[in-house]
Amino acid sequence: MSVTSTIDPAEVAKFEAMAAEWWNPNGKFKPLHMLNPCRLDYITRQIAAEFDRDLATSEPFKGLRLLDIGCGGGLLSEPMARLGAEVVGADAAPRNIPVAAVHAQQAGLTIDYRFTTAEDLASANEVFDVVLNMEVVEHVSDPLSYLTACQQLLKPGGLMICSTLNRNAKSFGMAIIGAEWVMRWLPKGTHDWKKFITPDELYDLIRRAGLDPVDRKGMVFNPVKWSWSLSSRDLSCNYVTASVKR
Amino acid sequence: MTYDSDIVIVGGGLNGPALALALASGGMRVTVIDARAAPARAKPGFDGRAYALSIASKRLLTAIGVWARVGAQSQPMLKIVATDGRVGQGPAPLRLRFDHDEIEEGPMGFMLEDRHLYAGFLDAMAEEPRITLIAGQTVVSQEITGQAARVTLASGATVSARVLVGCDGRASGVAARAGIKRQGHAYGQTALVCAVSHERAHGGIAHQFFTPGGPFAILPLAGGHHSSVVWSEPEGPAQQIAALEDADFLTVLRPRFGAFLGEIALVGARFSYPLSLTLAERFAGPRLALVGDAAHGVHPIAGQGLNLGLRDVGALAQVMVDAARRGEDIGAADVLERYQTWRRPEAMALALGMDGVNALFSNDNPILRAGRDLGLGIVGAMPGLRRAFLRQAAGLTGEVPRLLAGRML
Repeated sequence: MSVTSTIDPAEVAKFEAMAAEWWNPNGKFKPLHMLNPCRLDYITRQIAAEFDRDLATSEPFKGLRLLDIGCGGGLLSEPMARLGAEVVGADAAPRNIPVAAVHAQQAGLTIDYRFTTAEDLASANEVFDVVLNMEVVEHVSDPLSYLTACQQLLKPGGLMICSTLNRNAKSFGMAIIGAEWVMRWLPKGTHDWKKFITPDELYDLIRRAGLDPVDRKGMVFNPVKWSWSLSSRDLSCNYVTASVKR
Repeated sequence: MTYDSDIVIVGGGLNGPALALALASGGMRVTVIDARAAPARAKPGFDGRAYALSIASKRLLTAIGVWARVGAQSQPMLKIVATDGRVGQGPAPLRLRFDHDEIEEGPMGFMLEDRHLYAGFLDAMAEEPRITLIAGQTVVSQEITGQAARVTLASGATVSARVLVGCDGRASGVAARAGIKRQGHAYGQTALVCAVSHERAHGGIAHQFFTPGGPFAILPLAGGHHSSVVWSEPEGPAQQIAALEDADFLTVLRPRFGAFLGEIALVGARFSYPLSLTLAERFAGPRLALVGDAAHGVHPIAGQGLNLGLRDVGALAQVMVDAARRGEDIGAADVLERYQTWRRPEAMALALGMDGVNALFSNDNPILRAGRDLGLGIVGAMPGLRRAFLRQAAGLTGEVPRLLAGRML
């Protein structure tokens, strides 16, 4: 049974309003919308390189099963479905699921949204070609056991994309003071700086979880262009990694 | 949700077909709706209408497969000579020469007649299976919903797409129906356009005289003995000149043109266009974008109208193709906003800049005249400044869309 068919019709209007909020580029989730093209550039190029797909063709990710952990309103799940992937969107916040499902239906996309966690999916022996693990690891209590669950969710040869925030004075200034206190892009308390992870710590955790890190890039905000771009050198704040299950 | 096309373009002039070809080269399906029937546009005879294409525009035309069809019919502009002049007095002593030897990209630009360019677009579109051309049909209404843009044609047929693009000129119906207001003003000037044949060969040199009535340009056409003349005058005198018989028109033209190319004669048709500046308050919205004159009509003082339009084409095609390859919805407001953020400031700056240049030069005030003679002399004397001017005019500065840098999408 699809998620949308289990929604109480009286609730649909509410979910539609919440979906509109998730997808409003100038609304509450503006920082995510601004970061999204940069994240998608990284994700699509890594998947294309790992699975030898041509992004210039239509539905290049056809045949790939992809899990989006912490899918929220579906800002990554929808693009992946549009590129042809078979997408499961998982979120631990139950109210996000019908919201994302309503929006996907409006967009004419088929996405399997579930109220579940990586650990539960791993226990159920679900497997994927790609696991998107974006801006989640800094919120979990035990990163190693979480990343181990992600590893179990991958088929051999599968790819995990994992992004998070570096832990240093600059990231404290940018992510906590800048984004939460000054710009109010994020509610205060969204991030606990002490849980941020340095790139070397993340590579170490990924290896201990049984994956081989293959690439890492910084995601850098340019205040002049007011947009994000990928950087090979600057991993001082937001960064993203790719790792493979051998 | 299924769509008839990924993109529906209203307007079949030059920017519309260019955008369709650019998008198709990026894998998109496109429908072009042209109010005029194709034969009405593709007139084979010489009529004197021609475009001064920048190097960047030529690169875009190459990338979308049009230049290979029309390049042989173009005239490279090897040199541009700009002079301050008054009728009957010849050129002022200080002149500004732009020479293609000073920039490494080769000629300064290319003159290409409208009949060749349009035919090239038509042939290229016919060979592209992703493009559907609906000619001789007007759009009577448009509807934008959360997921689709849909236009209804006079025949009652409808076309649905993810994005609707208006390439329908400065009186854009797409913009008007979307409630997008335009600001602008008339210059009180009219451009007179004609073609002449001349005794001596032009040698690929373009001339621009800044006369008190307005700029007067002689642009070399293919073959060596034809040039296009673009000449602006205040509205009143321009209307009188436009109404003259050919022989009388030539009598007015001759002293302005000068004798340096020998005896001249009129060829082809004569046209006149009232000059005005218009700028749409928005270039994009949800599932909607405006390109070329539909977004901005600039004073054609330096032949930048089409070049500016092709820059829009390169930028919009790149924004949409990149978005599609990321899996984004190409019609989402934030995707199309990137096009507006990219293009509107540049169009605005150019419109304002052109306005300034024209106000400075279309003037007989002796102080301004001395100042601009000096200014031309200074720019002319400093190779660095001249090169900067040149590269700007050639469309080689600013954030250049990939297609205009000669790369594929």
